[in-house]
Amino acid sequence: MTRGVTGGAITAGAPLLEVRQLTVHHGQLRALDEVSLTVGAGEVYAMIGANGAGKTTLLRAISGLKAPTSGSILLDGTDVASLRAERRVAAGIVMVPEGRRLFPSLTVEENLQVGASYARPGPWNIDRVYELFSWMPQRRKQLAAQLSGGEQQSVAIGRALVANPRLLLLDELSLGLAPVIVARIYDTLPDLLASGVTVLLVEQDVSQALRVASRVHCLLEGRTTLQGEPARLTAAGLESAYFGLNTTPGAPA
Amino acid sequence: MTWVNAIIQGVLLGGLYALFACGLSLLFGVMKVINLAHGDLAILAGYLAVGVIAVTHIPAVWSFIIVVPLFAVLGYLAQRTLIQASLSRGVLTTLLVTFGLSVVIENALQQFFSANSRTLGIGSLISDSLHIGSQVTIAYLDLVIFLVAVVVLLGLQYYLSSSRQGRLIRAVADDREAAQLAGADYRHIFGIAAAIAFATVALAGIAYGMYTSFTPDSGSTALLLLFAFEAVVIGGLGSLWGTLLGGILLGVVQQLGAQVSSNDQVLAGQLLFLLILLIRPQGITTSRRMA
Amino acid sequence: MSPPGIAPDVRVTRSRRSALWPVLGAVVVIAVLAYLPYVVYAGTTSLLVNFFILLIMASLWNLLAGYAGLVSVGQQAFIGLGSYFVLIVGLHGIDPFIGLPVAALGSGVVGLVVWWLLSRLRTGYFAIATWVIASICYLVVIRFASLGGGTGEPLPGLPSISNTLLNAYTYWVALAVAVIVLVSIYVVLRGRLGLVLTAVRDDETGARSIGARVSRAQLLVFVIAAVGCGAAGGLELISQPFVQPTAAFSVQWTAEMIFATLIGGIGTIEGPILGTIVFFALQQWLSSYGTWYLIVLGAVAMTVAIWAPRGLWGLIAERLHLRLFPVGYWVWPAERGAGSGSARLRLPRLRLRRGGAASRP
Repeated sequence: MTRGVTGGAITAGAPLLEVRQLTVHHGQLRALDEVSLTVGAGEVYAMIGANGAGKTTLLRAISGLKAPTSGSILLDGTDVASLRAERRVAAGIVMVPEGRRLFPSLTVEENLQVGASYARPGPWNIDRVYELFSWMPQRRKQLAAQLSGGEQQSVAIGRALVANPRLLLLDELSLGLAPVIVARIYDTLPDLLASGVTVLLVEQDVSQALRVASRVHCLLEGRTTLQGEPARLTAAGLESAYFGLNTTPGAPA
Repeated sequence: MTWVNAIIQGVLLGGLYALFACGLSLLFGVMKVINLAHGDLAILAGYLAVGVIAVTHIPAVWSFIIVVPLFAVLGYLAQRTLIQASLSRGVLTTLLVTFGLSVVIENALQQFFSANSRTLGIGSLISDSLHIGSQVTIAYLDLVIFLVAVVVLLGLQYYLSSSRQGRLIRAVADDREAAQLAGADYRHIFGIAAAIAFATVALAGIAYGMYTSFTPDSGSTALLLLFAFEAVVIGGLGSLWGTLLGGILLGVVQQLGAQVSSNDQVLAGQLLFLLILLIRPQGITTSRRMA
Repeated sequence: MSPPGIAPDVRVTRSRRSALWPVLGAVVVIAVLAYLPYVVYAGTTSLLVNFFILLIMASLWNLLAGYAGLVSVGQQAFIGLGSYFVLIVGLHGIDPFIGLPVAALGSGVVGLVVWWLLSRLRTGYFAIATWVIASICYLVVIRFASLGGGTGEPLPGLPSISNTLLNAYTYWVALAVAVIVLVSIYVVLRGRLGLVLTAVRDDETGARSIGARVSRAQLLVFVIAAVGCGAAGGLELISQPFVQPTAAFSVQWTAEMIFATLIGGIGTIEGPILGTIVFFALQQWLSSYGTWYLIVLGAVAMTVAIWAPRGLWGLIAERLHLRLFPVGYWVWPAERGAGSGSARLRLPRLRLRRGGAASRP
């Protein structure tokens, strides 16, 4: 398994996504504390960190489901703060939420059709998703609730793809799935990247993240503790960044 | 056999109940809103029809052409303003707001139309009856209402299952946030669903006005809300066929009860409702436990 | 992000010293009210009887919806039943005042049965089901010609004393029942049942998850509400000695108790009291405008439900940091005494947490 499955190199020009000093609160709790990052076009950027670190909050803020307290989110240089979640799809940001969240009373095909309802023009459509996941066409009339976890994950990704995103947000793909299934799903990443999609993903499984990402970003209690290319990181460095050992609270990474 | 006649009358009455119920079912299925003003909205439509007829002098049967679209618009606006505001505050708030709305509508109608009972005249074409044998009499009006109910429910079922908009409505009903992530403005979709619900309520109200006379407080006194709700529960939430079946069952049981004694008509239906609540709360057609 | 710990040097009390004043105030108010029949006209006392009846119903509805999470639009079932229980007692030649406890008890028993039928239902279904029950009660009662059937029946057996005296007795009994109901509610909310209920009020799922006996608490509240509404219904008949079934079981009762509670504030004991006062004032002020009063009331209720969900009392209490019925807890730093300003931490509602840090990915 080679490291860095990215289709394209990290572009030298303006980043596709730029997050500047993002702070997000859940009531009194500060879930994200002045987090900054940039994602270039064609990258696979992985967020890692323990439970409660703020990874999903970050994705929810980028997708528009959660309004940040301060800071900015720029897509291609334009601030998306004024856009509601549904409008960000048209701008090119599509999220595959944690836990898949398919529409249980709809069939596989109907789930994809809903995903395509507000699609941008682009290379992805329902037929191409059926090519990507070869088991899907025979099962397309089945209710989404009847699928296995791994199948549901594939449909959820397909539902996001048919909207032709520029930036695809993947939240905890591996949650509740067997490693074999997870690996199979991650094997589809190159196809996504080849079609021009940039991926920002959240992953609990650090080794999986290191395998697929061009850069990783570690969060701990809402703050950045580590970021960089997988090749340049040490196991010890990762461990202390992940668990917050040997670091004084509040000290910069 | 008067029992056969009673059953047939019950089936036809069930069509009217189903027409009442489908709006309620839609609002609850999609938005989880229990609209306590549902019966009063139907009566409001009836009064609106009275007004329209008085102004335009069109025959009562055609009043729906103006009233139904008007109510659809009303429904969309009500959803985007009132219902959405209450939804964000919780179930208790929506119950209280729709209850308040019920009181406002009933008393506003009384203020502007007086407490006298009204009825929507029906043309001579449909005031006649069909006679089968010596025992069975079917009023053409009842038949027409039943057919309208079936067509509306059929059409709604088809719309929800096959059209893009219907699919979006079902998606938003399943998972509002996931629908947002797919690009759907759920408030607008809710509005569409509310518009459809209000349109069916208007139809039901006009049908009711032709079927019998009504007063400003008929929404509560005629137990229209209760019957609509009972039809939904008996038939099972989540299926419009279930709603039709529930309405028919309710109508039949009521008419059979009326055969026993005229006072027992409503009571028979209530008891059926209680029975279903006890032994099969998800309704006849649904397999999941809903209640 | 460590959880906030309770500092070791802290005192927790049920009430401030100054909570004595509301109690004294309440005693004074009750004494004044008790003295009223000697100084005012019978018309006023009749009005006040209606006030007490509404106060009882509103306070109970608040307990149901505001604390136990049970939205009932069918309390008129017990009100009507209460009236008819008293009627039955009167028809047997017994003093109807003695029928009051019968009405209360009888309604309580019916409440138990109704709860058994409806307890598994979720909020919306539960609400309409209560209305159906009320409808069933009405339909069953009108079958009995001995009770007046569909047209109604006058109440016999009232003591043959002067009207003024009867009026006064009715007034005092109504006052007594209202006081009993309010004190009972206060006692309930101050005790362990109250703790469970406050937890349910704040977060029902959370309350269940920590093992609070939610169903048991809800059962008790539902029966208490049935008992109280039965008493209110009995009072209603005694004060207006003719029972008319459609009026006795009318959904209008629910409308009034909901509005009074809503306007005053759901979820506090003081709310329904204030709400009933405001409601009555509105009723008197707008009565000459006919149905406008109900239109205004409905519109006000809708507005309050959306924009001021804590009601009038909620708005006042927040401004003045007032609490007349001490059911909460006060936390004091140990070194300083009561009355010192900024060091006071106020926890009027216990938030039952599952211990440990708040966690969010």
